[in-house]
Amino acid sequence: MNHTAAPINPAQGGLSDLSIRNLFIIPTIVFLILINVFPLLWSLYLSFHEWRANSADDPVFVGIQNYREVLNDSNFWDTFTLTAQYVVYAVIGEVMVGFGIALLLNRSMRGKGLITTLLLLPMMMSPAVVGLFWKLLWNPSWGIVNPLLGLPNDFAWLSDPDRAMWAVVITDVWMWAPFVMLLSLAGLSAIPQYLYEAAEIDRASWWFTFRNITLPLVSPLLLIAIIFRTMENFKQFDMIFTMTGGGPGINTEVNAIKLYRMAFQQWDTGKSCAFAYIMLIMVIGISNIYIKYLNKAKQR
Amino acid sequence: MQILRRLSLALFSLVFCGAVNAQSLTIFWAEWDPANQLQELADMYTEENGVEVVVETTPWPDFQTKTFTELTAKGTSFDIVVGDSQWLGAGATGGHYVEMTDFFAEHGVDKSMTEGTVTAYAEYPKGSKRYWAIPTEGDADGWSYRKDWFEDPKEMAAFKEKYGYDLGIPETWAQLRDIAEFFHRPDEGRYGVSIYTQKDYDALTMGIENVLWAFGGSLGDMANYKVQGLVNSPGSVEAIEFYKELYQFTPPDWGNTFFIEGNQAMTQGQVAMAMNYFAFFPALTNPKINPHAENTGYFANPAGPKGRFAALGGQGMSINSYISDEQKQLAWDFLEWFVKEENQYKWAEVGGFTCNANVLKSDAFLEATPYNKAFMESMFIVKDFWANPEYADLLESIQRNLHEYIVADKGTAQEALDNIANDWEAIFKKHGYSK
Repeated sequence: MNHTAAPINPAQGGLSDLSIRNLFIIPTIVFLILINVFPLLWSLYLSFHEWRANSADDPVFVGIQNYREVLNDSNFWDTFTLTAQYVVYAVIGEVMVGFGIALLLNRSMRGKGLITTLLLLPMMMSPAVVGLFWKLLWNPSWGIVNPLLGLPNDFAWLSDPDRAMWAVVITDVWMWAPFVMLLSLAGLSAIPQYLYEAAEIDRASWWFTFRNITLPLVSPLLLIAIIFRTMENFKQFDMIFTMTGGGPGINTEVNAIKLYRMAFQQWDTGKSCAFAYIMLIMVIGISNIYIKYLNKAKQR
Repeated sequence: MQILRRLSLALFSLVFCGAVNAQSLTIFWAEWDPANQLQELADMYTEENGVEVVVETTPWPDFQTKTFTELTAKGTSFDIVVGDSQWLGAGATGGHYVEMTDFFAEHGVDKSMTEGTVTAYAEYPKGSKRYWAIPTEGDADGWSYRKDWFEDPKEMAAFKEKYGYDLGIPETWAQLRDIAEFFHRPDEGRYGVSIYTQKDYDALTMGIENVLWAFGGSLGDMANYKVQGLVNSPGSVEAIEFYKELYQFTPPDWGNTFFIEGNQAMTQGQVAMAMNYFAFFPALTNPKINPHAENTGYFANPAGPKGRFAALGGQGMSINSYISDEQKQLAWDFLEWFVKEENQYKWAEVGGFTCNANVLKSDAFLEATPYNKAFMESMFIVKDFWANPEYADLLESIQRNLHEYIVADKGTAQEALDNIANDWEAIFKKHGYSK
């Protein structure tokens, strides 16, 4: 018996390969254009216009005035400097804690799977929930942080201009260090064991082994983690917003919070679009620098 | 054939349901108790008139965004919006709200409602006698306090010895400050006072307004858009410095607080007095929520050297200008019913905070809850923030600068107010209000 399927003849009502391909691809492309590309282009258009989303007036073309106003606004540079500080502190913290835990877990031990799973839980939560949860923990009256650190019950964190940023950074590190840990663990477990054995035969020190074997081989994955975390932290909004609302004063008012206020509280839609594009360009620029390093690390 | 018949039936049902829905009215408001109370009142209207009225709600943080997104798109998903007083300018000048000036004259709304609420919830531009909303949910800042602490003989004696006068409901802001200081005992987990300090939207500004006007300060000349010398006047400086002094007597880490935290401070027995909108006081009378419910009392804002004022909360009902004429007529009919005095009594009975002067002064209203007397007093001393379409720009500057001074402890009150005056002047110039 011959079970070979007969080819579908489009003329007989079947769908050709091209039609099937189009049937799957075209809705996706249309969806992407509507959801991603159109808002991107529309916001670019609005960034060159004076317009409020709560007004019935039509947008008025103002050229690069919105960009000029944003870049000449000293508050923008204060916020940008603050965001950069937050990104640097948070990413350094996440890498140190995440990579450190990965080094500790990169060995055969009982309950390793369970410990790894438990450590990953924070990053599975919603940032807004984490923010609200930690807002309670930092509270001097009923939070657990002060008693654990032996601090008095009037030691304020989130309302103190010098400590609020640290509280936010520590919360961020708690949430996202597991992400760095996960990628580092993947990189560490991929390092061939014979390299360590060879180093041991040569009586290489722990530091020499770490510097010349572990770090170079794990660095591509570590850099990927750093790229992701840098980009994410530049956009950080919900966790900080729920914890401090950007305060005290402007001490935790990062770019995303300022942008939110400009767009949805002040309704300065044109200017906020310009702000968003400036942020986008900055994030792309910083990511490109990282990617160059990543390529170099891969080549080594 | 069978399929065609079913399709016809479905189509008929859709058309028929659409016809039924045409006799219904949708009111859009934030998700909170007063919206449920308005639904109760609306059900009474439905019983009387047969027109279904649905109160649709959305959480507070989304309320403004959703309302203006719908209005800007000329949407008709709601017929009436119970909007914030600050939105009046945007609603009126943007063409989103239907003007109600003739309706006010015809039904005497400006006479039946208290003067302050008509100005704040309905009039734009201020002083123009043009109206855009029906004062609906009156609200203002007031205070809850711990009666048991205030009436404790030991505390009373100690207070009298320290300050030289009897401990009681404060009549002046200076007395309120003394009481806050007296009860501020961090070692015992007791604190003097809870005030608004949140930087988001308008929280801190609403708290400050209570003392600002009482000390002779100002938010500017709203008729002429003049701010220099008013916003940063000596009275304003004194008021801001006073508010910062009160901030010392709040529980620790009290730099990001609004109405939720105000009630929380009372229910957890943390503070002697807590500033809050009256709309949130019903929760404090419920022993299931507030273990100190029986010992919680209420009072209206005390007086300052230049008078007695309260920051306005609450909202008014405006008609969406983009709905059909038939829907507009339904909306007008409902509002005509709503403003009648007998229905304002019903509104108060279901828990709504009426703005009707006669109802406010009636014994039935005053005795209905432990806080209604204080609410009535407040409704005659309310004042509000700017309501022009750029109010959000003004809020951003005042919130940022005052938070920087009061919570972050940076600069002086004069510097903060000078910054605000300069920012506001620039905003008014940019939008063509002043040269």
